[in-house]
Amino acid sequence: MTDPTLDKLPGGFKGMSSDIGSDQTTFKGVNWGKAMMWIFLLSDTFVFSCFLVAYMKVRASVTEPWPYPSEVFGLEVFGVPVPLLLIAIMTFVLITSSGTMALAVKYGYEKNRKMCGLFVLLTAIGGLTFVGMQAFEWSKLIFHDGVRPWGNPFGAEQFGAFFFMITGFHGTHVSIGVIFLFIFARKVFRGDFDTGKRGYFTTMKSDYVAIEILGLYWHFVDLVWVFIFAFFYLW
Amino acid sequence: MSDDLNIKKSSKIKTKSSSVSGGGTDIDYVRPAEIPEQDLYHGHSFITKWIFCQDAKVIGIQYTLTAVFTGVVGLILSWMMRMQLGFPELFPFLTAESYYQFVTMHGMIMVVYLLTALFLGGFGNYLIPLMVGARDMVFPYVNMLSYWMFFVAVVVLMASFFVPGGPTGSGWTLYPPQAILEGTPGSEYGILLMLISLSLFVIGFTMGGLNYVITILQARTRGMTLMRMPLTIWGIFTATVLALLAFPALLVSSIMMTLDKVLGTSFFMPTIIKAGELLSYDGGSPILFQHLFWFFGHPEVYIVALPAFGIVSDLISVHSRKNIFGYRMMVWAIVIIGALSFFVWAHHMYVSGMTPWFGFFFATTTLIIAVPTALKVYNWILTLWRGNIRLNTVMLFCLGFILTFVNGGITGIFLGNVVVDVPLSDTYFVIAHFHMVMGIAPLMVIFGAIYHWFPLITGRFLDEKLGKWHFWTTFLGAYSIYFPMHYLGFIGVPRRYFEMYDSPYVTSAVGMNEFISIAAFIVGAAQFIFFFNVVKSLRLGKRAEKNPWKANSLEWLTPSMPPEHGNFGEKLPVVHRWAYDYNVPGAKKDYITQTTPPSEVLGAEVEKT
Repeated sequence: MTDPTLDKLPGGFKGMSSDIGSDQTTFKGVNWGKAMMWIFLLSDTFVFSCFLVAYMKVRASVTEPWPYPSEVFGLEVFGVPVPLLLIAIMTFVLITSSGTMALAVKYGYEKNRKMCGLFVLLTAIGGLTFVGMQAFEWSKLIFHDGVRPWGNPFGAEQFGAFFFMITGFHGTHVSIGVIFLFIFARKVFRGDFDTGKRGYFTTMKSDYVAIEILGLYWHFVDLVWVFIFAFFYLW
Repeated sequence: MSDDLNIKKSSKIKTKSSSVSGGGTDIDYVRPAEIPEQDLYHGHSFITKWIFCQDAKVIGIQYTLTAVFTGVVGLILSWMMRMQLGFPELFPFLTAESYYQFVTMHGMIMVVYLLTALFLGGFGNYLIPLMVGARDMVFPYVNMLSYWMFFVAVVVLMASFFVPGGPTGSGWTLYPPQAILEGTPGSEYGILLMLISLSLFVIGFTMGGLNYVITILQARTRGMTLMRMPLTIWGIFTATVLALLAFPALLVSSIMMTLDKVLGTSFFMPTIIKAGELLSYDGGSPILFQHLFWFFGHPEVYIVALPAFGIVSDLISVHSRKNIFGYRMMVWAIVIIGALSFFVWAHHMYVSGMTPWFGFFFATTTLIIAVPTALKVYNWILTLWRGNIRLNTVMLFCLGFILTFVNGGITGIFLGNVVVDVPLSDTYFVIAHFHMVMGIAPLMVIFGAIYHWFPLITGRFLDEKLGKWHFWTTFLGAYSIYFPMHYLGFIGVPRRYFEMYDSPYVTSAVGMNEFISIAAFIVGAAQFIFFFNVVKSLRLGKRAEKNPWKANSLEWLTPSMPPEHGNFGEKLPVVHRWAYDYNVPGAKKDYITQTTPPSEVLGAEVEKT
């Protein structure tokens, strides 16, 4: 941040108590939008936690056997069954897109319009690939294996219900992220963030901090995926 | 930043400055502004000024009017219920089905669409920017979306009255499996619209709630530290944080039950045999819904109560001309109650068959909440103690709040204990308890707050005479309704029963039920005195001068009253003290506003804040 008075603030725990005790802002030098995104993500964490806790509770209490994930999520490559192959690729793509997002944020702060736009675009493509592979996975489970939200041939019917609901909810998050990434890639390339062009809906000035805010959301969606991956595919 | 420091070097008295980098000898020093002036969108047409408006004050009024509309619907529903309970079979249209639908809609409307929306959406939007010294909420556009999402949620909820089968009749807790099974009224469309409406409400509230939290944390004016904020803001802030963390559970349970209904999943649905036939549901957990619902539902009680606590503290302080007793304790009590409210949810589920160890744990945490809550009650009473009490309508409502709240709180201690709760569970004792503690008590604060802030919003006073009529009928009437209900609960009258048939309760409770019903009709009708008062005073009320109550907080210190868009005119106010410097020894006036610099009140023994 550009405000020179912030450099003089004490650090460490002392700094924390002096920040909380001070006037005007509690998180010094933190942009409003960025603070909002953090609080939103905290709230969203509770949404996903409720989903996952519900899943764990039901999985622990159903009487029918739970389907064996390595079998259900396996792919057959040249006649050889490979467990978790698609999921491994999906996870790799999504985590890589977090890397490109981090680079986009870096170039955003350097006000490097072209590189920033490029990496936002790459992140969007990574996200789109992930959603595409998820669509493939869903269609394989639905049309090939006969898994439905109300039942499946492998065991407890809640397997399909929780799987489609939670990955669907996460996939919706990714899709919303992808839409925003494409919009923002266009905005960066057009130079909105350099000229401070006003937003069409909000009429507020554009700023490169928006890239970081979008990045926070994107990293969060990735982190949630790590938990979903662990709880659905590895448990 | 446009306004520079107004430095006065006149005094030698040392006060502890709240500044981090400042200090020095100048006692009026306040740190310069960290953040640039807020960029505001000024509406220029009727639509952008009054309908899709981005001004938090207009949004607050929109929220209030919509919430009050739903409240009137809830009130009429309660009349229907009391009609059936007091005088059964008088009206043939009151069937058992419609009775359950009225119970359900009354509960959900009053808790979520009236109280939550009114306290956070209404008072929150109007008061937060004004009281912390901001020009508007930090994201006015998102704030506007928040209101319109709430509006759509209300439309969807009201639409359920007109779909085939009518609204859901599963009780406001919407417990599965019965909520979505045939036999429960509205199990086809009513329940779906209810779940969709709740999901929309959560989405809309999240957009508003992020605004409230960030405005309070990141957009305070110069000199406004957290510990100088009026308690109103502390209450609304903590309640908003609770809502942001508790509503996710409601959203998740709504989504899951919608899927159970629409797709035939079995999240909450166990194996069920209906009329000798096995339903397609299998292996789900109805108890899971109860846990999710009450993980939302209990913090929800405090989402309603904490803003009421905060507002009533301010009203009591202003109208008894005394500083609030134990300000810091009050703040910490609000925060601790908020934190504890996440660890008590299963006290709503003592009879659900959970392990007794759970009951032990949740009874303990529940009773611990009584400690900070009692502390608040003592502090309100000690604020009144030897204060210069103005016994106007506002103060009457505050006193009414303390009485009803203590009453409802004490029955809460009864019900928090497992052994007492089990026999009283699902009786009228529970109805009496929660209507006292989170129905009447917060309503008292809402009315007090409206009588208090009406001059700010409209520039005119509400009529005092009508206000006193309104108070006394509401207060005495509410006691006539709910006090006998405790007794009904003790003799074992169960809640949610359409009628008592030939049970022995009929003979002993029938007169009392008639009495309660008549009181309910009168109290409901008395609310129309209030609506009449509002309409009349808008036109003919006594004009209010600026800061009519001689209060200290920033909302009264705007250059124009009612405040305009942007709130504070050219310059944002600079805050030098808390909002409670009333009757300070040595001061010339009986109040010292938050913007009064220390050099102007040198002789006064003000609190160091």
